[in-house]
Amino acid sequence: MALQEHAIKEIKEIVDQYKNEPTPLMMILSAVQTKFGYIPMEAQELISEETGLSVAEIYGVVTFYSFFSLKPKGKYIIGVCLGTACYVKNSQQVIDKFQTLLGIKPGETTPDGMFTIDALRCIGACALAPAVRVNDKVYPQVRVEDVEKIIDDCERMEAAKNEKGN
Amino acid sequence: MKKVTNPEMLMVANATFKKRLDAKFFSTNGKRAIVICGGTGCLSSDSVAIKERFEKVLKDRNLDGLISVNMVGCFGFCSQGPFVKVYPEDTLYRKVKVSDVETIVEEDFINHGIVDNLLYVDPQTHQKITKMDDINFYKKQKRIALYGCSVIDPENIEEAIGYGAFQALNRALHMDRQEVINEILESGLRGRGGGGFPTGRKWQFAYNQESDEKYVVCNGDEGDPGAFMDRSILEGNPLSVIEGMMIAGYAIGAKQGYFYVRAEYPIAVNRLNIAIKQAKELGLLGDNILGTDFSFDVHLRLGAGAFVCGEETALLNSIEGQRGMPRPRPPFPAVKGLWGKPTIVNNVETLACVPYIIREGVKEFTKYGTEKSKGTKVFALGGKVNNVGLVEIPMGTTVRELIYDIAGGIPNGKKFKALQTGGPSGGCLTEEHLDTPIDFDNLVALGSMMGSGGAIVMDEDNCMVDVAKFYMEFICDESCGKCTPCRIGTKRILEILTKITNGEGELSDLDRLEELADVTKNGSLCALGQTAANPITSTMNRFRDEYVAHIVDKTCPAHVCKNLIQYYVDETMCKKCSKCARNCPVNCITGVPGKEPYKINSSVCVRCGTCLSACPFHAIKKK
Amino acid sequence: MALVNIKIDGIEYKVDSSLTVLEAAKQCGYNIPSLCSFNHGKCSKASCRVCLVEVKGARGLVASCVYPVNDGMEISINSQKATEARRVSVELLLSNHNQDCQSCRKNQNCELLRVAQLVGAREGMFKGEKTPTTYDDLSPSLIRDTSKCVLCGRCIEQCKSVQGIGILGFENRGFKTIVGPAYNKSFNNVACLQCGQCVTVCPTGALMEKGEIDKVDSAFKAGKFVVVQTAPAVRAALGEEFGMPIGTPVTGKMVTALKRLGFARVYDTNFAADLTIMEEANELLERINNGGKLPMITSCSPGWVNYAEQYYGDILGHLSTCKSPHEMEGAVIKSYFAEKNGIKPEDIFVVSIMPCTAKKFEKERPECRGVNNLPDVDAVLTTRELATYIRRAGIEFNRLPNSEFDQDIMGEYTGAGVIFGATGGVMEAALRTAYFWLTGENADSLLKCEPVRGLEGVKEASFKIKDMDVKVAVVSSMKAAKPILDDIRAGKSPYAFIEIMGCPGGCINGGGQPYVRSCMLPNEDIDIEDTYRAKRAAALYSEDERQTVRRSHENTQVQALYKEYLKKPGSHKAHELLHTSYNDRGHKLK
Repeated sequence: MALQEHAIKEIKEIVDQYKNEPTPLMMILSAVQTKFGYIPMEAQELISEETGLSVAEIYGVVTFYSFFSLKPKGKYIIGVCLGTACYVKNSQQVIDKFQTLLGIKPGETTPDGMFTIDALRCIGACALAPAVRVNDKVYPQVRVEDVEKIIDDCERMEAAKNEKGN
Repeated sequence: MKKVTNPEMLMVANATFKKRLDAKFFSTNGKRAIVICGGTGCLSSDSVAIKERFEKVLKDRNLDGLISVNMVGCFGFCSQGPFVKVYPEDTLYRKVKVSDVETIVEEDFINHGIVDNLLYVDPQTHQKITKMDDINFYKKQKRIALYGCSVIDPENIEEAIGYGAFQALNRALHMDRQEVINEILESGLRGRGGGGFPTGRKWQFAYNQESDEKYVVCNGDEGDPGAFMDRSILEGNPLSVIEGMMIAGYAIGAKQGYFYVRAEYPIAVNRLNIAIKQAKELGLLGDNILGTDFSFDVHLRLGAGAFVCGEETALLNSIEGQRGMPRPRPPFPAVKGLWGKPTIVNNVETLACVPYIIREGVKEFTKYGTEKSKGTKVFALGGKVNNVGLVEIPMGTTVRELIYDIAGGIPNGKKFKALQTGGPSGGCLTEEHLDTPIDFDNLVALGSMMGSGGAIVMDEDNCMVDVAKFYMEFICDESCGKCTPCRIGTKRILEILTKITNGEGELSDLDRLEELADVTKNGSLCALGQTAANPITSTMNRFRDEYVAHIVDKTCPAHVCKNLIQYYVDETMCKKCSKCARNCPVNCITGVPGKEPYKINSSVCVRCGTCLSACPFHAIKKK
Repeated sequence: MALVNIKIDGIEYKVDSSLTVLEAAKQCGYNIPSLCSFNHGKCSKASCRVCLVEVKGARGLVASCVYPVNDGMEISINSQKATEARRVSVELLLSNHNQDCQSCRKNQNCELLRVAQLVGAREGMFKGEKTPTTYDDLSPSLIRDTSKCVLCGRCIEQCKSVQGIGILGFENRGFKTIVGPAYNKSFNNVACLQCGQCVTVCPTGALMEKGEIDKVDSAFKAGKFVVVQTAPAVRAALGEEFGMPIGTPVTGKMVTALKRLGFARVYDTNFAADLTIMEEANELLERINNGGKLPMITSCSPGWVNYAEQYYGDILGHLSTCKSPHEMEGAVIKSYFAEKNGIKPEDIFVVSIMPCTAKKFEKERPECRGVNNLPDVDAVLTTRELATYIRRAGIEFNRLPNSEFDQDIMGEYTGAGVIFGATGGVMEAALRTAYFWLTGENADSLLKCEPVRGLEGVKEASFKIKDMDVKVAVVSSMKAAKPILDDIRAGKSPYAFIEIMGCPGGCINGGGQPYVRSCMLPNEDIDIEDTYRAKRAAALYSEDERQTVRRSHENTQVQALYKEYLKKPGSHKAHELLHTSYNDRGHKLK
């Protein structure tokens, strides 16, 4: 799949923005990830052309850091914190419940592109343990029974958005 | 605002802004100030909405000229947040909700009373406490690294200057570079990020190198699960860290500083950016700082989700746009670091201590701490304690003081089992260590380590084999994969632990674990691998009986390991309501409603725990 | 050279202060096992942890491959802590390895097996899950089997530091880490040169050439007329496979072995090397005289051609259109030889024994088909594969008598052809002939043309031939070639003629040559990894010196071929059979 023209332009702009920085690869990749939600192969090739780094090197970096993703993520990224404080307060069961209800594993996205489950390492909300973060919103003290409600919340939000759109 | 281009102007600015701060907090003419916690924890509990609500309500009541609304850095006592503190009375409200705002305005600001139900209640004495300093959680604390956090507005450089920012830099710039290093050496400051290496010696190595370019790198890639002190410092007083970095730069002869901060900390990153921008605008970053020959610039790089980048050489590789895989040493970064140039890598908390030492004097710093661990350390208290949050305590505070005084003890009358320090690199202390003074060397001697300061308390409900497995899972996920012992060794350790917690362990597995722990410790390339087995060694030393119970008796004494527990119905408590049976996903609970107590068929039960949480009468038990 | 005092297990030694512990220990007579160690520790990743030793005062154990010695250092190789750690490191590697050793083609040369022996690895110590693996055999040249990979990273370093391209890299993190091209693609689907330099440094069987012995077997089985030809560099290295010292020329034994293997003809690719010179020198002179594209660049090395097509698609006009010598040989066998002997070209099967893995790829090119659209060459075996083939037949190579290549119509060759195998050889051979054509006389100085000999990446020379100043360059490895090619691209190259070889040192160091790992060669000098190229090259230059005829245009059978069949160099017939064309293939992942 070739990149669309506007995407090519945007990626080139990102590379340009950082071209005076020494070794800017991480900055470029972070910016592309933030902008597009993932870093497709074509983007890596383009970055390779623009920076002279080999694709293997770029791909090696992309697959090393968990913040970078090769596939698009869902509209709602459900991050369940598995940091120590959350873990000792049963966050494993919370993430298990999300998996059962959504039928996907951590790191995966539902086929309709709605949800991605991420296992998070300490988001620093230890006092709210166990914490679940959906996009920017943090749900504190989540119990297994709350999981269904969180998914419902997202679906309701999505429905509301679609209604507005129409 | 005018640029601050010489020491005199700095003094004037300091005096002006200090007056302004004093007027805000300690006004005698009836003006009052509210500060609201803007740390990540409170922000996610809507503290911004609380602030906005205050602003609106005060405006509506024409009180906005009289009462200022401020947002500050983390109060530390996260489990009680969001906080609202009222000056000059010093009243502290906790667990404030947006809906409480009107009440506070009404009862406190208008009627000059106190909102009783928003005060902190001591869990032991059940007394309500009005002032922050009277709360046990704060009593034994000393804020050096957290200086200014929860007092000043972190997005306003003027408040920081009024609160002493750049005084230390100014003093340092009028000292010989070696003198600055000597003071840091004398202060006994040791790296707060994990290893506890003497900071002054690091600086000295870099100082001794001849090079056209040197770098100071601030390690803000705080990754230990359960530790968030670096984030709080950056959120609460970013300029203290910038100033520390500048002093380090002056001392070793560097002109460039790099911050490397986790991308997971957007608020910290934002405030750091604001601080850098404001400092540049004032000429406090850039060329010829305060009229001297010293020029310094600060850059910000973000991590991208790799725990190993907290290791200094991996961090350098990451800044260099590579996979965050550690480099072999020697050469040490002080000789050959970022882009091959002499580099010092200091942790956020370490750098935050530097201005305090230079400004207040070595003695002010060394009066806290033990013989070989001077000053204070910030801990992130978590797990099974009443008071969860961030505390800065003098080195040498005992484990007992930390858990029972500051953290308020264990909730629900449960029994203390272990304190895990040092996160996945550390180990656990038990009952017999309660009177151990906490410092770098004592922790290492006990098979744990300071790490970045995570302190997780476990009670009798925590299975130590499961805890060891949890940390090993973390390490396996986060191992960079470069060296064999860490890449494959930790995987094999995890597999053995999984086997044991599944009830399939054999006694010879314990020997194998010891062997693997030895080689990961002695043979790994970097500190991540070298310390990876600490949680295993430590739990095996202190809780060997739990391991043996899993292996020989096939039981989990804490009733945590799924495969080794059985759910049963305590017939004496069962009210025969059938709720458990209706909720069971595999229909393994049988009984007759209202007539026969329910029974769980263990051979079918999948141990999901649904019945346990469904039963209104606590009749479901684990054995 | 500053000397320092060190102690190894209590015994004092004096060693050079610039050495690593591993190297110093080697000089003192200790063999510390190692896997990821590479290029004297300069490129070592210190990652395999197989070379751990104890150093007094250091935290934990240290990787001796990168740890520098210093004065007064006390090293313990034999402490229990160190021996245990080395053993467990190896056992852990084995626990994540497919351990299919018995049938692995690498087993006699496998460094992992060797270190497993050295550390006394216990059988089946740590069992568990294995990293998900990839097996890539899509490329005609190379196979990547990550189930055997130990993540030493040598191949990555080699691809980057030798060829300057970095097609290989680490992927994923932690236990899931593998080595491969981006997106875990096949070598065939990325801009790989197929040069096999990665294969030469792989300690295990994770990277190998694609074997073609089966193809040769099938040809015999099908009753084909199987002709074999051997490249010049093969004879300089084949002996190593049978335990002979590096640099031992084994031409005579090799020919005997091939005859015993039943090949209908055993020819020397040198004949075609001479033919290449005729065509290439002619092409060069034509370009000079007719204002063609200059500089002209040689095209004998398929690794280099792959590089040009994938990275410099815009300057392909500078490449000589000559096929590489073994393709020419194949084309002539299936035409001239076939006609002369009354054999149908379809019934002939040409096997090339090459020091090269890229030749396997080259023979599949549609442009390398000649008579009746048949491939010029049907199978390519590397030097290593030939050794396997010989062993399989029960032949005791070391005891073989010498014999001569078949001397009928394509048997003659000159010294000029022999030196093709070393960097600078093609240039030297071409100059010998071009000089004669331009001046009508032979220059003896060109019989030992020092400026173009030697192992440097780039060599330059200037020659005055009649009134013409000819500036030439000789390049080996793509990293060395890059600046020269960038100059051509920018239109500011000062040269008329450039020889480029894909592998550093030329074909003697090709990706199909016997492995040279010091740790596996206890009888060679300690510094053999630095000297083996020169030793192999010397074997070729000495064979050149022993030849009476040392100029390609003096090869009488080549002269006869022109007279009877091709007419003259550059003729229509010659173009049909001996020349090729190139395509810009720059679209692949780089």
